[in-house]
Amino acid sequence: MRSPRARRDADAMPVIEVTDLRKSYAGRPVVDGVSFIVEEGEIFGVLGPNGAGKTTTVECVEGLRVPDAGRVRVTGLDPVTEDEATRRVLGAQLQESELQARLTVREALELYAAFYPRPLDWRPLAERLGLTAKLTTRFAKLSGGQKQRLFIALALIGNPRIVVLDELTTGLDPRARRDTWELIEDIRANGVTVLLVTHFMEEAQRLCDRIAVIDKGRIAALDTPAGLIRRSAGATVISFTPSAPLDDRDLNALPALASIEHKDGRITLSGTDETVNAVITLLARCHITAHQLRVTDATLDDAFLDLTKEAAA
Amino acid sequence: MSTAVINSAVLKGEFRLLRREPGSLFWILLFPTLLLVILGSIPSFRDPDPSLDGLRVIDVYVPVTVLLGLIVGGIQAMPQTLTGYRERGILRRMSTTPVRPVALLSAQMLVYGAAALASALLALVVGRLAFDVRLPEQPFGYAVALLLTVLAALALGAVICALSPTTKVAGAIGSAVFFPAMFCAGVWMPVQTMPDVLARIVEYTPFGAASQALNQAAAGDWPGWGHLGVLVAWTVLLTAGAARWFRWE
Repeated sequence: MRSPRARRDADAMPVIEVTDLRKSYAGRPVVDGVSFIVEEGEIFGVLGPNGAGKTTTVECVEGLRVPDAGRVRVTGLDPVTEDEATRRVLGAQLQESELQARLTVREALELYAAFYPRPLDWRPLAERLGLTAKLTTRFAKLSGGQKQRLFIALALIGNPRIVVLDELTTGLDPRARRDTWELIEDIRANGVTVLLVTHFMEEAQRLCDRIAVIDKGRIAALDTPAGLIRRSAGATVISFTPSAPLDDRDLNALPALASIEHKDGRITLSGTDETVNAVITLLARCHITAHQLRVTDATLDDAFLDLTKEAAA
Repeated sequence: MSTAVINSAVLKGEFRLLRREPGSLFWILLFPTLLLVILGSIPSFRDPDPSLDGLRVIDVYVPVTVLLGLIVGGIQAMPQTLTGYRERGILRRMSTTPVRPVALLSAQMLVYGAAALASALLALVVGRLAFDVRLPEQPFGYAVALLLTVLAALALGAVICALSPTTKVAGAIGSAVFFPAMFCAGVWMPVQTMPDVLARIVEYTPFGAASQALNQAAAGDWPGWGHLGVLVAWTVLLTAGAARWFRWE
């Protein structure tokens, strides 16, 4: 694991700082006091259910929206008042956007390269993104995956320090999704900080160094993927079929217990390692055998559902 | 370089893209001249007409066809393209780069303005070569009137784009404005042949004023300041409206 803290001390400047960001549409708060810091070289995930305020948050970082309140800094720049300087260091791939239907891939790359003072050479970039065979193809004729790769290329063409990727793999088949993940790791390996908006748990767990879980416009949790799983109430799941009935009072008294479920004589408990030890002690004391005993770690999925449920309550 | 309202890479790109739109190219560049050729093929239209002060119908129709290209480009083609750019997030995508999306707006205006002027030039040349219509005898006045008309047509197109949430609406508003604009330009009845009261009213519309100004310059007079003033007033008014109502997303 890299140490973001050590990097921060050396650099003294985080690449993205969001402090108490607020944004309402028609009086309804969409982003309601969001704060986070992204360190240089991180893949930072913004995770949350649909309508949680993820896209609005990153649009404030990109300078596409003006916050109602709060502070946003991108490499120390204000995306609203220093928009041009911000856009030179930040490349963006938007959730829903297109290009001119009759513009070819090559023309799009050349056009967007001309927008930046020190662009990357588009040829190796197209090569890396597997677009070389499609250079003379018009945008309207590209497949969904090819369009996404072109948009990644356009986000990178200005040689940015940060790229914001919003729902990048939505609509891609599993193979294309995995290729895209490798590409994102590749981008980070080249020193570019990645702000990744997603609602795919697997994607966030695989790619992100840290994740901010946003729910109802607020940060429900901010941690590493492993940390989010660990800190969620039902991080460990124990299931078994007891050889004799167990008293519910005994089960309810188990330490750190998050949930109990009975189904077809099988009991499923969630809790922590402490709960596991207590269950085994309990079974031994009652002389009950646990058939098909399974102890599994929760996934980010479970943690996410747990975290967003808490915020809803 | 990048904060500029005009970006040469964007302009070049939009010029190239217009060349790939055979529909727009036909209606802006060829259709007006084609109409002129059809009208000129009617023998009686090539005879001097006493009700036109001895001019031939074909003489009067050259300025009308010059205006037709401007109307198609400014009112029909440009607003639809630009509204589509907004609808499909192309303007928004450009907002994330150091180049402002206004570069795309200005490129569209320049490209369609240039196409409309090329169409006007074609109509003048074909009128001269095929039907012996004299070139404007006050060329400078003609050019001034034509440029002001291009500006008014583009400003009108920008207002249509500003008021249209979708490409479909832009098409509908465009068509609704298209026919009155063609009428005022004199497509059905040249402004000189309109009854006095009607001509007086039409002269206060952008294309009616343009038609009169072009006719005067064609005949060798400096276009009336009143007509040029009407064009300037419309351009200012429409530009202000477009700036007020235009949305980038």
